[in-house]
Amino acid sequence: MDLPKLIADVQAEIAAADNLETLDLIRVRCLGKNGDLTALLKALGGLPADERKAAGQDINNAKQAVQQLLEVRKSSLEEAQLQARLVNECVDVTLPGRGQRNGGLHPVTRTMERIESLFSQLGFTVEEGPEIEDDFHNFEALNIPEHHPARAMHDTFYFDAQTLLRTHTSPVQVRHMELEQPPLRIIAPGRVYRCDSDLTHTPMFHQVEGLLVDENVCFADLMGTLSDFLKLFFENENLQTRFRPSYFPFTEPSSEVDIQCVMCEGEGCRVCGQTGWLEVLGCGMVHPKVFESVNIDNEKFTGYAFGMGVERLAMLRYGVNDLRLFFENDLKFLQQFA
Amino acid sequence: MKISEQWLRAWVNPAISTAEMCDQLTMAGLEIDSVEPVAGAFNNVVVARVVSLEKHPDADKLNVCQVTDGKETLQIVCGASNVRAGLVIPLAKIGAELPGAGENEIFKIKPAKLRGVESSGMLCSEKELGLAEQADGLMELSEDAPIGADIREYLGLDDNCIEIDLTPNRGDCLSIAGVARELGALNQCQVTAEACAPVAASSDASFPVEILATEACSHYVGRVVTGINCAAKTPVWMLERLRRSGIRGLGPVVDITNYVMLELGQPMHAFDLATLTGGIQVRFAKKNEKITLLDGKCIELDEETLLIADHAKALALAGVMGGEGSGVSDATTSIFLESAFFKPENIAGKARGYGLHTDSSHRFERGVDPQLQVRAIERATELVLAICGGEAGAVIEKTTEAYSTAGQAIHLRQARIERLLGIKMQADEVEAILNRLEMKVKAVDDGWQVTPPSFRFDIAIEADLLEELVRIYGYNNIPRTQPDYQGQMKAQTEYEVSTSVLRSTLVDRGYFEAITYSFIDPKSQKILDPESEAVKLANPISSEMSVMRTSLWPGLIQAVRHNLNRQHNRVRLFETGLCFRPGKDKALDQVNMIAGAICGDLLPEQWSVSPQKVDFFDLKADVEALLAHTGEVCIFAAATHPALHPGQSASISIDGEFAGWIGALHPEVMKQLDLDKTIYVFELRLDIVKSAVLPAFSSLSRFPEVRRDLAVVIDKSVTVQSILVCIGEAASDLLRNIQVFDIYTGKGIDSGRKSVALGLILQDFSRTLTDQDVETEVEKVVSSLKQKFAATLRE
Repeated sequence: MDLPKLIADVQAEIAAADNLETLDLIRVRCLGKNGDLTALLKALGGLPADERKAAGQDINNAKQAVQQLLEVRKSSLEEAQLQARLVNECVDVTLPGRGQRNGGLHPVTRTMERIESLFSQLGFTVEEGPEIEDDFHNFEALNIPEHHPARAMHDTFYFDAQTLLRTHTSPVQVRHMELEQPPLRIIAPGRVYRCDSDLTHTPMFHQVEGLLVDENVCFADLMGTLSDFLKLFFENENLQTRFRPSYFPFTEPSSEVDIQCVMCEGEGCRVCGQTGWLEVLGCGMVHPKVFESVNIDNEKFTGYAFGMGVERLAMLRYGVNDLRLFFENDLKFLQQFA
Repeated sequence: MKISEQWLRAWVNPAISTAEMCDQLTMAGLEIDSVEPVAGAFNNVVVARVVSLEKHPDADKLNVCQVTDGKETLQIVCGASNVRAGLVIPLAKIGAELPGAGENEIFKIKPAKLRGVESSGMLCSEKELGLAEQADGLMELSEDAPIGADIREYLGLDDNCIEIDLTPNRGDCLSIAGVARELGALNQCQVTAEACAPVAASSDASFPVEILATEACSHYVGRVVTGINCAAKTPVWMLERLRRSGIRGLGPVVDITNYVMLELGQPMHAFDLATLTGGIQVRFAKKNEKITLLDGKCIELDEETLLIADHAKALALAGVMGGEGSGVSDATTSIFLESAFFKPENIAGKARGYGLHTDSSHRFERGVDPQLQVRAIERATELVLAICGGEAGAVIEKTTEAYSTAGQAIHLRQARIERLLGIKMQADEVEAILNRLEMKVKAVDDGWQVTPPSFRFDIAIEADLLEELVRIYGYNNIPRTQPDYQGQMKAQTEYEVSTSVLRSTLVDRGYFEAITYSFIDPKSQKILDPESEAVKLANPISSEMSVMRTSLWPGLIQAVRHNLNRQHNRVRLFETGLCFRPGKDKALDQVNMIAGAICGDLLPEQWSVSPQKVDFFDLKADVEALLAHTGEVCIFAAATHPALHPGQSASISIDGEFAGWIGALHPEVMKQLDLDKTIYVFELRLDIVKSAVLPAFSSLSRFPEVRRDLAVVIDKSVTVQSILVCIGEAASDLLRNIQVFDIYTGKGIDSGRKSVALGLILQDFSRTLTDQDVETEVEKVVSSLKQKFAATLRE
C-alpha cells in the first residue's frame, strides 16, 4: 500500500474540489464506511502482528492528514461560498422601503394641537361646544344684545331668529361658566362660521378661545401669558408683541394683540401692510355683564378671555399664502404638513 | 371713517408728525387703516382759463386751446372731451412734474409738438394729479378760482386722507371734533373748535314740532331759514373737506348738513319748507305705512320704525334717510333744519333691516352726544346764511321727559385698579387722566365719583373707566406678569380614547386629514344620506353650501373627487367633526363623527409590489385598527344602506351599540355623483369609538399550544362570523383562538358552497394536552358545524 501516493492523490483531488459536494464525495471515498483508508484499517487484521501496529499508525496518520486537508479545504470553500452569497444578496439600499406610507394631519389640526399643548401646561383643559348655537349663548350672554352694532360685524348664518351657526368660540366660555364655578381654566378650539367669502375670508374657519377665571387675575397677567404664548408658538424668544386697545362687547378692557411681522421682522412689507405689525389675537378682561349672565360674582372673581384665528396663525407659522387652500383638501397641500 | 389731516389739525395741532399721530391714535384704540396723500406729488400746476379753442387741423379728437394763467397766454393741444372756452382748469406748465404711471415715477412736462402743432403745457384731469383713481375729462374748477394761483395752495392739497377704523363703542369719535378731543387728551394740548357763534333770529319764521314718540326721541331741535339761494355754489374749501371724507357735493344745503355731521358728529336733515304740511311729528310708523326714500326706493314700514312726519305724510326715516318728496332742491327758497337726538336702540338695526346703511344711521346706532343738537343747528345756520343767504328764524327746541343732560356719576374704587389691571396708580395720576378725558372727578373714601362728559355715552360702569385709565396710561406700559398657575393634577381617564390617538392611527395607515365645510350641497346630501332630513341655512352663501351635513361622506367624497381630478390615482382621506341630525322632539343632534374614504391603489406606486386596488377588506382593516383602541367586542353585520353596495356594506356595533357604517359606494350612487372609481367609505360615531375598556390581565399558560387545522365545506351564505360563534359555543375553554386562514371556492367544491380553512388553537393551564384531548375538542366542533350548517369536512 502506497500511503504517501494515496495522500498525494487525495491532496490533489481535494485541491481540485471546487464545491462542498465534491469535497464530501472525496471524504466518503477515503474515510467513509467503505472508504479506501477505512478499508486499509479493516485489512490490518490480515497483517502479521508485528507489522500491525506500525501499519495502523501509518494509516491513522494518513487518515488524520486527509481529514486535515478536507477541513482546511472545507472552510475555505465555505468562506468562498459565504462571500459569494454575500455578493449575491447585495441590495440597492437606496431603493425606497416597501409598503404603506404615512399620511398626515391637516395643518389646522396640527396648529390647534400645538396651541392646546402649550396652554395645557398651564392647566387649561379643552372644552367643546355645539356649532349650531342659540342667540343667547352666541350673543346675548356675551353682552351683544339684539341690534348691537357689533352684530353687523359678525355676518351670522341663521337657521331661524333664535338659531344660528356660532360666529366665534366664545359661547363655549358661557356654557362652561353656566356649569362650573371658578377657578376655571379652559381653551375651546373649534369651527366657527361667518357669512363672508372672498380672497381673505372663508365662510368657515377655526378659533381657539381661552378663559381663565380666578380670584386674582389681572390684565397684566393676561398680557404676560399671551406674550409668552406667542413667543413659544413661533419659537422666537425675541418676538415683539404689542397690545392695542380695542373693543369686544364681552371683555373690558379689551385689546388686540399684534406681533412683529414674521415675514419682515418689523421692517414693513406687503404682508403687514408696511406697519411691521400683524394682528393675531383679541383678548380682554371678562366683562361684568358676562359674569352677571352666568351668575358668577364679579366682585369675588376676575377673569380674562382671549380668542385667536387658527388659520391665521397657521399661515404665519408655515408661510401659507392663500387661506382658501385650507379647505380644498388638495393632497399636494396636505402632504406638505405630514 | 375718512378725515382730512389738515381739517383735524385746524382743531388740534400737536407737534408730532403724521406717522406719529397715526401711531398714537392706533395705540389709543382708534385704529388707523390707511393714510393716503389727497393728491399725487406734483408741482408747477396753476389755475388757468381756456380763452378760446379751435379744432386741430390734423386730428379730429384734439383741440388747440389758448389758455391764460393770468400772466401769459399759452397754446396747448388738448384731447379732453369737456374742454371748452371759459373753462377754468388746472394747467401743468412747462417744467411741471406730475405723478408718473408707476410708483415713484415722475412725468415731466416739456414743450411738445402734437401732430405738428406746438403745445406748451398740459391741461389736467383729477387722475393726472393723483386726486382720483379715474377721471372722465379735465378737472373743472370753480369759475371764481383765482387764475394763476398754485393749485396745491388753492385746493390745500398738501394734506392726507386718514382712514380710521372705529370700534362700535367709539361713536363719539365719528367726527373731526371727536378725533380732535382724543388727540387733545393724548397730547394734553388745546382743542379749538372752528368758530361758531349762535346766530340770532332775524325773522319770525317758525314751524310747529311735536314729539309723539317721547322715549325714542327725547330732544328735537329745528329751525326755519327763509329766502335762501339754493343755486349758490358750495365753497371749494367745504367741497374739498367733504371730498376727503368720501362725500360728494350735492348742493349747498345738503353739503352743509353733511359738513356739520362730519365736523361735530350730529347727523342733520334739511326739509324744503314748502313741501311740509301743518307741522313736524316725530312718531312711530303706522302699520303698512309706506315711504319713498331719497334714493327712490319705496319701503313698507313696521310699527317699530321711527318716523319724521308732517300732518299729512311720512317725511323721513328718522336718523336713517330723508324721503323723496320733502328734500331740498335747486328751487328751494325756505328750509326746515332738523337736528335731533334719537335713542340708539330705536335706530339700531332699523337701517339694516331695510337694507340701508347711511352715515346718519351709522352714527345714531352708535350714539350721538345728546347735548349737541343746538350747537349743530347754530353751526348749520351760520353756514347756510353765509353760503345761501336768507333769514333765520328762532331755534325751535323740544324735549321730552326722557331727556336728561345730567350725566350719571360712576363709582371708581382705587383698589379695583390694581386688582383688575395689575398696576398701582397714584390718585393724582388717576385724576389727571380722567380730567384729560373731560370727566368730572370727585374724590370719595375709597376712590372717586366720576361723571363722564355727555359725548362719552359709552361710559356707564366702573370697568369702562378702568379701560379709559389703562388706555391713556398705555397698554404697553403695563408690566407683563403671570398669574399663579399652580394647580392640581387633573383627572385623565383611561376609559376614553383621545381623538388625537384615533387620528394618528389613520395617519399611520396612510390617511391624510381633510377639513371640509359643514354646509354642503343638498343634492349630494340627498344622494348619500337620503334618510336624514338636513337642516337648512336661512342665508346660505350659495345653494351648494346651503344645508348642514348629516354625514361626513358628502364632504369627503367631494375632496376625493377634487384629488382624482388632479391626477392623484390613490386617495385616502379622513375627517372628524360634527354632523347635524334631527333628533327626538324636533331637537337637533350635533354628533361628533369620524369618517374615511379610500380609492385607487392600496399602496403608493412602488418598485417591488405590483399594484392592487383597494377593496372592502383593506378599509375594514383600517376600521378594525381604529376600533382596536376600544378593547370592546365589535361586530360587523351585513346590512343595507341606501348609499352603499348591498353586497359590500356592513353596520358596525360596539358592545351592542350601533356605531356606524362601512362599505363600497353603491354603483348607482357613483353614477349620480359622476364618479368612475369605486370609493370605499366608513363613518363612525366618535363618542362610541372613543369609549374604551381598561386592559384586564389574564394569566399566561406555561404549557404548549396545539394547533389543529381543518377545512369545512359549507353553504356560501353562512358567514364566517356565525361559524366562529358556533365553534365558540361548541368548544370547551381549552379553545384559545381560531384562525381563519383560507376561503376557497371553485374546482372540487360544489357551486353554492365554500371551503373555510380554520386553525383551532388549544391550550390548557395545568398540563400539556394529549392527542385525545385535542381529538375530543375537534370532534365537538365538527359535529356542531355539521349539525348547525350541514358542514362537511374537506378531504
